[in-house]
Amino acid sequence: MLDNLMQRIFGKREKSGRIAHDRLKVVLIHDRANISPEVMENLKNDIIQVISNYMEINQQDMDIALENDEDSVALVANIPVNRMKHDAGKK
Amino acid sequence: MSKIYVITSGKGGVGKTTTTANLGVGLAMRGKKVVLVDTDTGLRNLDLLLGLENRIMYDLIDVAAGRVNYKKALVRHKKYETLFLLPTSQVKDKTSVNPEQLVKLCEELRKEFDYILIDCPAGIEQGFKTAIAAADTAIVVTMPEISAVRDADKIIGELARAEKEDIKLIVNRIRPQMVESGDMLDMNDINDILSIDCIGQVPDDEMVVTSTNKGEPCITMEHSQAGQAYRNIVGRICGEDIPFMEFPKETFFQRLKRRVFGD
Repeated sequence: MLDNLMQRIFGKREKSGRIAHDRLKVVLIHDRANISPEVMENLKNDIIQVISNYMEINQQDMDIALENDEDSVALVANIPVNRMKHDAGKK
Repeated sequence: MSKIYVITSGKGGVGKTTTTANLGVGLAMRGKKVVLVDTDTGLRNLDLLLGLENRIMYDLIDVAAGRVNYKKALVRHKKYETLFLLPTSQVKDKTSVNPEQLVKLCEELRKEFDYILIDCPAGIEQGFKTAIAAADTAIVVTMPEISAVRDADKIIGELARAEKEDIKLIVNRIRPQMVESGDMLDMNDINDILSIDCIGQVPDDEMVVTSTNKGEPCITMEHSQAGQAYRNIVGRICGEDIPFMEFPKETFFQRLKRRVFGD
């Protein structure tokens, strides 16, 4: 009780404005990572196009998604490869 | 060149309608021809804030459905003669107007008015989508509070998706003493998070309540701090370069009293 009073008088505590700011930063990483299925489909098609220059992939079984971790967001792709192309990467 | 703004926030209760009323009166005080369009169908309040609740004959729904010409539905302000309200219906719901109807109406209004301010309903559903469809740009209203800022972020994302450019931010209901003591998000925090151009910082002010009670927006009150903040915003909308106002600092004894006894 006295501790609490002293704390309030001298203000030795974590400022709640700072806490709000830090919590918002984290929550917005997640909020903003929710992209529409349409955009995700476009992204997927672009990735297929680039990778197909180098290898043949199994498009049916491939999987691309945004995965949320506690304070970060990752684009995780699982793309089964059927075979490498012989002229891989040569333009 | 007339401009159509939508005043929006996502979260309810942050002061969209209060902001719309004040900016409307402020622009009219400068002689601009202004129309305020209430799209919060079913929960209309803009009429109350302007003291025009007894003068409504027709509403937005009548106009959208083509039952009357918009000129018949416009309510002229008693004191500021270049200010008009296009009220909405209190009995219908948000599906009563569709985006195409509002776009068509606003294009007609554009011929006659310098500024068209659309008061948007809370939420991100159909009512929001209708309200933003007709606007050139948006003013996002938020509060230094975690849920209001999160919702503002969401709205800014939606506005960007709808290809609205030059979106502005108003931070409403700031409590300077709490900001000073570190217990409220400050402008640096909010700019850091939302990163859109801020055109207003409005302090929490009891006069907003008393002026709402009387149906006279606080922008008309010379001694109201919020009123001053709104006058500054109106100046910035008109292209003036006005610095943000300083809020009075708390004295040592005020701070001591507040720390011991709370707010």
